[in-house]
Amino acid sequence: MAYSTFKGGIYPHKRKYLTREKPVREYLPKGELVYPLSQHIGGLAVPLVEPGERVLERQMIAEASGYISAPIHASVSGTVKAIEPRMTVSGIPIPSIVIENDHQYERVFSQKVIPWQDMEPGERIQRIQEAGIVGLGGAGFPTHVKLSVKNPKKIRHVIVNCSECEPYLTSDYRRMIENPEWLAEGMKMVLSLFERAVGFFAIENSKRDAITALQLAIRREKRMEVKVLETKYPQGSERMLIYACTKKEIHSSMLPADAGCIVLNVDTVAAIYQALVFGRPLTERTVTVTGKALAHPWNFRVRIGTSFTELVQAAGGFTCEPQKFVAGGPMMGISLFDLEVPVVKTSSALLCMSKDDVARFHPTACIRCGSCVNVCPEHLMPLKLAQLAQHYQEEEFRRMNGMECLECGSCSYICPARRSLTQSIKAMRRDLLAKGKR
Amino acid sequence: MEKLNHISASPHVRGPMSTAKIMKLVIVALLPTAAFGVFHFGLRALLHMVVCIVTCALTETVYEVLTKRPLTVLDFSAVITGLLLALTLPVGAPLWIGAVGGVFAILVVKMFFGGIGQNIVNPALAARCFLLISFAGYLTDYTCDVCTGPTPLAALRQGEELDLFELLLGNTGGCIGETSTFAILIGAIFLLSMGVINLRIPASCILVFMGCMILFGGHGFEESYLVTQLCGGGLMLGAWFMMTDYTTSPITKGGQLLYGAVIGALAAMFRLVGNVSEGLSYAILLGNLLVPLIEKITVPRAFGKRPGTLLNR
Repeated sequence: MAYSTFKGGIYPHKRKYLTREKPVREYLPKGELVYPLSQHIGGLAVPLVEPGERVLERQMIAEASGYISAPIHASVSGTVKAIEPRMTVSGIPIPSIVIENDHQYERVFSQKVIPWQDMEPGERIQRIQEAGIVGLGGAGFPTHVKLSVKNPKKIRHVIVNCSECEPYLTSDYRRMIENPEWLAEGMKMVLSLFERAVGFFAIENSKRDAITALQLAIRREKRMEVKVLETKYPQGSERMLIYACTKKEIHSSMLPADAGCIVLNVDTVAAIYQALVFGRPLTERTVTVTGKALAHPWNFRVRIGTSFTELVQAAGGFTCEPQKFVAGGPMMGISLFDLEVPVVKTSSALLCMSKDDVARFHPTACIRCGSCVNVCPEHLMPLKLAQLAQHYQEEEFRRMNGMECLECGSCSYICPARRSLTQSIKAMRRDLLAKGKR
Repeated sequence: MEKLNHISASPHVRGPMSTAKIMKLVIVALLPTAAFGVFHFGLRALLHMVVCIVTCALTETVYEVLTKRPLTVLDFSAVITGLLLALTLPVGAPLWIGAVGGVFAILVVKMFFGGIGQNIVNPALAARCFLLISFAGYLTDYTCDVCTGPTPLAALRQGEELDLFELLLGNTGGCIGETSTFAILIGAIFLLSMGVINLRIPASCILVFMGCMILFGGHGFEESYLVTQLCGGGLMLGAWFMMTDYTTSPITKGGQLLYGAVIGALAAMFRLVGNVSEGLSYAILLGNLLVPLIEKITVPRAFGKRPGTLLNR
């Protein structure tokens, strides 16, 4: 049987076997916790606490600074040590709240939770906003903004992105295996906002156990369906996912809502469920700690704010000299020069690589094999775009649709001459985007 | 910090294919053809190959040493150029012909244009055409110890009947590497299965070529005529190994179909009107020159974007 998919894409080594069968284990932080005020797209959150103040677990320590922003909650009880710039995953210091953990895990008295079915739709979205939920797949777009579309009746598909197409990552997979009923119920909550929509769980065909688990969980749901997609990278990219599920194409200046779609990450749906059913704000997330340099790669439930250094210890430390650390997957993740950075809402994985392909291979001349054109999911011509980017030919770059690039990395991966195609295009694109804002 | 970690922009992993690996696969794919050439034409064919390959590799190395450029001979592309050049020579030609061709292919066609990936025409083919023009006598003399008859195409023109099985097997006269359709197809299937080449260029070329031959050849669907036209000259070697050369063929899917079709039509025209059996070499060189134009009009439609007017791009 042919599974739904998109044209192009690559089949990289998945290496998910390292952590696929490792059940999620809770990890309690030992050291201080750092909460950068920007863990989402939008305005910096505004601190609600002062240094020296005692805070409780799940207490809101910073509030949203506007509509497109998100609050931040303490994931442990303790004392606020400082509010100061701290290094983050992106390599830029960001003002952060630092909390000294008192290991008491004393929680705020949780208000009585009324059944979510009894809430108004507006109240449901407000609860999601107050819980600080943002897109946990990596983009960090505030979920309440995504759910507040102008015309909810135009939304015909709610797609939960279960594809987890990045190599190594297994946190979403574990979520589907371990809490499929949360996802079914969470989907129900989202569908309640869009009366004419059907819900899709879009999963790659290689994740058979997850498909079975979800099919079982939604067997009584009339408005939900499990969509089995081909296992291919970047299947989980929003545009590719919408195309695979609905055959509708959107370009960079369109929103999924323009195609009548809402796309949510697996863990985001689980967070929505927890927020509406238990009144629990987003204070922890599943992180895959993996890579060949680690003794015991594992999936952990980690308090947001925990340092990556602690996760390495939790995974048994190194067995060999690690060459490279990546926050996220190897295709789109960010390499870290220092592990002393905190887990934030969008941190899906810590990858400790025992060898670094980028350092191992040196770029040679392009032989015009056309592989990059074949694999580009956006049907661009990466070799031309990279050339234009190197010469900074803005007009031609835009005309060749360089701004449509997903930065998925497929072209750099496939290139036999090991050229840094994605990197060149990305640099140009980012520069033009920044220029557009000024 | 005692040790600095590696930093780079994503992606952090690379695929298994490298330029050298691709070139080695192409060499492997050419082995059946080369082996048949040696088997059919004798050890002299092997000598031709050795001369061409050594000249090409040496020329590239010497040029790069003299111009203080990084050595690229280990990417094996010069070896392919040499091998392909040898395969397009008649076995009876003097051995120095291959050396002259090899120097021309690498120095003039490849290195002067900027080295691997920068040449605008296929080095092996350009060298063959250079030799054809300069030393026409040697290059068109197909007589040798093992085969005294004319090449299949010449025989066809004289109205002789050919044994089609012998023709497909390669038991005929011609250049070292063009006689055995069988051996060429083994290599082609290998390259297809390894994902090094795809069917677009060869298939569109062969289909258009056959179409032209049926329409204008004057023999209609006559089996022996069509098979001889297809397999009796250099078309098979050209379509599977020369036209699929990455550097000198379009990178867009539509462009590849168009490129194959253009060359197929040109080759048919040269054979029928020009009455030269080497028409294919010229057709491919012309096709090479058209590549930038073909690419320009076949830019793929970006995902989610409306189809634009092709020529404006």
